[in-house]
Amino acid sequence: MNVPVILDRRRVLAGGGALIVSFAMSDALAQDQAAPATAPKPPGSLATSSYLDSWIRIDADGTITLFTGKAELGQGLKTAFQQIAAEELDVPFASLKVVTADTRRTANEGYTSGSNSMKDSGTAIQNVAAQVRELLVGEAARRLSLPVESFRTENGAVIAPDGQRFGYGDLVASDMLHVQAQAKSTLKDPASYKVMGQPVPRVDIPAKVTGGAAYVQDMRLPGMVHARVVRPPSYGAQLTECDTAAVEKLPGVIKVIRNGNFLAVVAQKEFQSIKAMGALSAAAKWQETPGLPKQDDLPRVLASLPSQDTTIFERNDPSAVGQRTLEATYTRPYQAHGSIGPSCAVAQLVNDAMTVWTHTQGVYPDRQGIAEMLRVPVASVRLIHVEGSGCYGHNGADDAAADAALIARELSGVPVRVQWTREQEHGWEPFGPAMVTKLKASLDGNGAISAWNFEVWTNTHSMRPGGAGSMLAAQHMAQPFAVPAPKPIPLPEGGGDRNAIPIYKFPNAHVVHHFIPAMPVRVSAMRALGAYHNVFSIESFMDELAGLAGADAIEFRLRHLDDPRGRDVIEKAAQAFGWQKGQKAAQDRGFGFAFARYKNLAAYCAIATEVEVNRETGRPRLVRAVAAVDSGQVVNPDGLINQIEGAILQSMSWTLYESVTFDDTRITSIDWQTYPILRFNSVPEKVEVHIINRPGLPFLGSGETGQGPAAASIANAIANATGKRLRDLPLTRKKIKDAIDA
Amino acid sequence: MMNLKVNGHDHQIDAEPDTPLLYVLREDLKLNAAKFGCGLGQCGSCTVIVDGKAVLSCVTPLLLLEGKQVTTLEGLGTISTPAPIQRAFMEEQAAQCGYCIAGMMMRAQALLQKNPKPTDAQIRAELEPHLCRCGTHMRILRAVHRAAHLMDTAELSPAIPGSAR
Repeated sequence: MNVPVILDRRRVLAGGGALIVSFAMSDALAQDQAAPATAPKPPGSLATSSYLDSWIRIDADGTITLFTGKAELGQGLKTAFQQIAAEELDVPFASLKVVTADTRRTANEGYTSGSNSMKDSGTAIQNVAAQVRELLVGEAARRLSLPVESFRTENGAVIAPDGQRFGYGDLVASDMLHVQAQAKSTLKDPASYKVMGQPVPRVDIPAKVTGGAAYVQDMRLPGMVHARVVRPPSYGAQLTECDTAAVEKLPGVIKVIRNGNFLAVVAQKEFQSIKAMGALSAAAKWQETPGLPKQDDLPRVLASLPSQDTTIFERNDPSAVGQRTLEATYTRPYQAHGSIGPSCAVAQLVNDAMTVWTHTQGVYPDRQGIAEMLRVPVASVRLIHVEGSGCYGHNGADDAAADAALIARELSGVPVRVQWTREQEHGWEPFGPAMVTKLKASLDGNGAISAWNFEVWTNTHSMRPGGAGSMLAAQHMAQPFAVPAPKPIPLPEGGGDRNAIPIYKFPNAHVVHHFIPAMPVRVSAMRALGAYHNVFSIESFMDELAGLAGADAIEFRLRHLDDPRGRDVIEKAAQAFGWQKGQKAAQDRGFGFAFARYKNLAAYCAIATEVEVNRETGRPRLVRAVAAVDSGQVVNPDGLINQIEGAILQSMSWTLYESVTFDDTRITSIDWQTYPILRFNSVPEKVEVHIINRPGLPFLGSGETGQGPAAASIANAIANATGKRLRDLPLTRKKIKDAIDA
Repeated sequence: MMNLKVNGHDHQIDAEPDTPLLYVLREDLKLNAAKFGCGLGQCGSCTVIVDGKAVLSCVTPLLLLEGKQVTTLEGLGTISTPAPIQRAFMEEQAAQCGYCIAGMMMRAQALLQKNPKPTDAQIRAELEPHLCRCGTHMRILRAVHRAAHLMDTAELSPAIPGSAR
């Protein structure tokens, strides 16, 4: 037995025949013994972490632990993964323990983002569970010298033909599961599913509704102290003066940390740290430089910045000739993730080993960034995911983790909890990037689209860590790390050009991505990335074109859509909504419709809405929404419905109310007064979600599929209610009122 | 030292009198349910019940609580013996990230204590100070209606959801 000092290269073999192999060792072995390049790759994240025991561990006492490199963000994946494993292993759901993203214990599955978790981790878990079950059956068969076909599994045991039961814990021995996954698994027939496809209650909800410890904010390590950071008042501000003497004498204050432009205070108790933060903030003098663009002129500013232009889609058919042409420009402001709980992290340095508990979406990339910032070996840093408030993309989580690590380094042995303020989260989170889209299309003599032109101008949609320079603390410290050069996320997923390529079939089509490297405002990934605005644009424009063609909005879409699964969700949503061709909504009300397949490769979603507009005030109200979704094989239908309901309400909030504000120097939307979002007085009367299940088909990500269609559907309903088309997000009551009065 | 009554128990609190109740609950009493969301009284995540009324604990200093009864979500019930409001939120699966939920539940509880049969409009109006970012609003509304029903009928069916759904 060998226990090296390096934290994540430890392999421990426990007694009793139980098998405990840490992920990282398996991974290292996998790299050493790489399969020939020609061998087919196993599916999902098994392609990069191929050992079965990186995913499932069975102890001699029968305890089964499931490991995933993905993080629970409130989307319910822990429950869904547990269902998948229970199903394919043939064990009771409640008998499984699930371990999520931890650089010492789980596979490196990158970020929990892009609606990829079910496809990556869910698929891996399904295949691993099936293969583990097969190995256990094989072992029982070997012991009795009988053919494997004569055995079956049930409730965590292999049953022999004579009824003899072998518990999984009794069958597992030494390195039985320390084998590489096969490319193909024998999966269960979906018709036989008992746990998958059921609305199993979420495993995390009981603690959340009874005051259990559920979040990183709830961590209380022995001897833990409280830190607050004093951030600069604006991007690029330089700390010119800071007399910390008075702050250091305040009650409970343990330390003031000044490292370049990074300023923080640590105190015994939390409220002491808050008071000290106030005093430190007052003592700090900053030199600020105006550098923000004119908010009112944003579309022009964006389109005038240098861009890297790529034609990402081109189709030509000279025989299709247009007769009537329409053009439109759509815009989206910077928008905030706006997590209800500001970011938080706990860090502790023990014997040169740094551990950070964080609600990051990517423990491995974030570990790399923090190690680089601390200028220590990656192996000396461990990141453990602990749930935070919902993030909806790259919010302050990674920055708070870096803050905690930088502060904890100064207080060896002491656990340090860093809690951001509301103003810090609103002011410093990387926002969803502003976007401009210009569309132009022609209709032929039959009212079909003959030519389609789509251009999108935007920044990168991911500045996530990997390198230290993505994190505020590393940017602000005395020996700072430069912000890395932004890169576009390649297609087919895409970033700013996500869903820029139409799913509809047009004889002529031309799509250009204008990637703008300069980032005057801090930006990164926000739920659905460019798909939110691109789908808003495409689906608004489809309505405008349907109007020009004199066609029904749904019939017009179906006229241009071959994809049968897409047609199915459109027809399902239309039917459930009661959509009628030529229908008229009640006075001051309108109906809207929109559809997309997220990334053109994940879940399908169609949404019909009814909106009421108060003509006196311009106030829009979403009355009801009816959605249909196809995300392949459904694992937890209630979880899927919850995601789509949430997508509709969140997207409605973005679409009707939200815009980051700033003057020439500072972000000015710094709390819920200055950045208003959806409140209960605007919650719809009804939201319905219909699932089209596809038994046995691959899992398709669904957490972000609703955002774009919800936005466009609401915009289309407003246009239907008022006769006025609004193209500049958000569709505020003032803009609606102005349009009505124009 | 100040005496603070929380969930029916007396506690001697050693904190500055201007300390907001939220930090006393979370740090001194190690209670998780009341959440820090803004510290500005803008989001409702920190809501607890004081003498029957929903109160924003992030902007309520300790000195105002002498002799008052503070109730947090922990004081209503537990996972094994949940209160009707807790059962209702579990049965409706009324959470995504869940960070805002404890505050919502406390205001709903205060509402139901004084008005056992609120209308949908009354529930919406009451929850107006609360923000949810995941978009779980429809489920939250359903859960409050269900809680009212559970309190009214005092059902004794199993507390943990699953079979019910």
